[in-house]
Amino acid sequence: MKYISEYRDRQVIDRLAGQIASFRDTKAVFMEVCGTHTMSIHRFDIPSLLPAGLRLLSGPGCPVCVTPVGYMDHAIALARQGKHIIATFGDLVRVPGSTSTLEKARAEGADVRTVYSITEALELARTHPGRKVIFLAIGFETTAPATAAGVLQAQKEQLRNFCILSAHKVMPPALEMLASEGVKIDGYLCPGHVSVITGEEIYRFIPRKYGVGCVIAGFEPADILLAILLLLKQVTDGKPRVENAYKRAVRKEGNPKAREMMESVFRPVDTEWRGLGMVKKSGLVLREEFASMDAAGQIRVMVEPPVEPQGCICGQILKGIAAPSDCPLFGKMCHPGNPVGACMVSSEGTCQNAFKFQSDG
Amino acid sequence: MDELIMMAHGSGGKKMHELIRNLFVKYFRNPFLESGGDAAVVPPEPGHIAFTTDSYVVDPLFFPGGDIGKLAVSGTINDLAVSGAAPRYISAGFIIEEGFPVKDLESVVRSMAGTAKQAGVQIVAGDTKVVNKGKCDRLFVNTSGVGIISEKHTHIATADHVKAGDQVIISGYVGDHGMAVLSQREGFPVKTGLKSDCTPLNDLIGKVLERFDHVHFMRDPTRGGVATALCELAEGRQFGVLIKEPAIPVREEVMGLSEMFGFDPLYVPCEGRVLIVADQSVSQGILHTLHGHPDGENAAVIGEITTGNWGKVVLETIAGGRRIIHMLTGEQLPRIC
Repeated sequence: MKYISEYRDRQVIDRLAGQIASFRDTKAVFMEVCGTHTMSIHRFDIPSLLPAGLRLLSGPGCPVCVTPVGYMDHAIALARQGKHIIATFGDLVRVPGSTSTLEKARAEGADVRTVYSITEALELARTHPGRKVIFLAIGFETTAPATAAGVLQAQKEQLRNFCILSAHKVMPPALEMLASEGVKIDGYLCPGHVSVITGEEIYRFIPRKYGVGCVIAGFEPADILLAILLLLKQVTDGKPRVENAYKRAVRKEGNPKAREMMESVFRPVDTEWRGLGMVKKSGLVLREEFASMDAAGQIRVMVEPPVEPQGCICGQILKGIAAPSDCPLFGKMCHPGNPVGACMVSSEGTCQNAFKFQSDG
Repeated sequence: MDELIMMAHGSGGKKMHELIRNLFVKYFRNPFLESGGDAAVVPPEPGHIAFTTDSYVVDPLFFPGGDIGKLAVSGTINDLAVSGAAPRYISAGFIIEEGFPVKDLESVVRSMAGTAKQAGVQIVAGDTKVVNKGKCDRLFVNTSGVGIISEKHTHIATADHVKAGDQVIISGYVGDHGMAVLSQREGFPVKTGLKSDCTPLNDLIGKVLERFDHVHFMRDPTRGGVATALCELAEGRQFGVLIKEPAIPVREEVMGLSEMFGFDPLYVPCEGRVLIVADQSVSQGILHTLHGHPDGENAAVIGEITTGNWGKVVLETIAGGRRIIHMLTGEQLPRIC
């Protein structure tokens, strides 16, 4: 298939893996900060193609995983009020809050609907004019523009029963936090989807300020191997910089129109990331003129105090300082059938991938 | 006949008898059913008896390549056929929501009759219940089936003859049914030309068993897909299964949808495919036989049984890595069959 099969070509993959193998004396740790990268790396068992000195870490790149437990509690509390329709991406339904999940709330009678996009949530609002439709808006720069477009559309149509509960986040402040906190990383595999919107510019400060290289990567095996090869070259040259290994999708300037739309609807605020804590200017909330669509501000609800799951080390895993196998719950009490932490719930989560796609190597 | 199913159609009274006569007997038509007894009485046959049951709640009821009726008959026939049995008789139970259009029920019944006829199987017993509006979703169907297994094929269902070196064959493209049904759901954002692979496989399987000994195991990869079927085969056994990703036939559209929505085609249900594990000496012959049948044109050898990795299924990825395949956890695709 065009744009897939070429990048899964065994000859291309073998050639790249061969070039990477010539760096067998280089010791390096690279971090990917995108859930789709996490999935691809495990699904194709990329680590088995790499020399022993090279380690790949998963960072806070899965939007579901970095969503704090308090957000889930808030969404569950809104669902339990009974009168609203909660429209959500499927992954969030099973994410544990402090004492429940949206899935359990649904079984108890709450109206929780799975949607593929905000467009479907808007349609729900049109067809259920008597009820509030609350869209659980999560994701990075990849999905925030779509939410912004949905909000503008709702405003245009005067859909007064539509609102969002925003947990949108932006990536650069989290990358900076990890680099500044001294998590030992020699290079970032930068998220392809996010970069389609942001362009290359947002990563410039990382090599400049922290001496860590950044390569924007696509999601097929050949894409990922190419990005790893470029990072290895940067490490051995001692010249960290921003490179784009996903030029078929990412333009240098990104997508300015999408960014403008995002900026016109959202404003940055300090926000909590599961695992990282408060990260300055990393959250997106609706601007004042859209306050009527902000579920957090508009709907009064009692939310239980957040309780993190006992023994779960999702936080450390998201920071790259622990591996799933370091967690006492991993594969025992916590597995995809009974996820304790968010990293096991999401198909993009580090733990679920480590569990599902166990290497035979 | 009435236009809509009403509670009275399930009451045991006049309306129910009308429905049975004008719909079920009319289409299913055979002496065992028409005798009208509480149980169908069928003649004995030599061999072992295979007996199976399955319920169908697919949503939507009608989809490209099939409907709940064709699915319900094919599914039970296939459960018998992959056990090495020749399917003979089927029962059909209907749970119908009040208000369901009679013409839709007729379409389903007609499709069941057609599928059974094609497969040479008779629908000899049935039951109808009607529940209040909102108490079930339009129509659920249960089918049970009886088939006959000859002595020399009793090992197929137990997999006891499977051994290292055996080849793993799939009879066609993986994941068509699941993706075809999913893409018909209300609100699904992508339109495709995909058709379900749903079909009775007893003719195809019969031809293979007729021509070749040394078929060691068969399974139809329905819920949980090929991955789960192979995990069930390997679980607790003193052999492993190795499958090769590039060898697995997956349509471009199924691959594309899977990429887009985060599914793995290996876990997407098929309703007209069979996994065959057979001795290496006959695997090419079986492949040839499959290729000569309309339901097996795209069959491929996708892997083999290994001495190592006891109890495990290992996938060699297109990139050359190897990872362990697990059973499906949770629901990847609800109400697909």
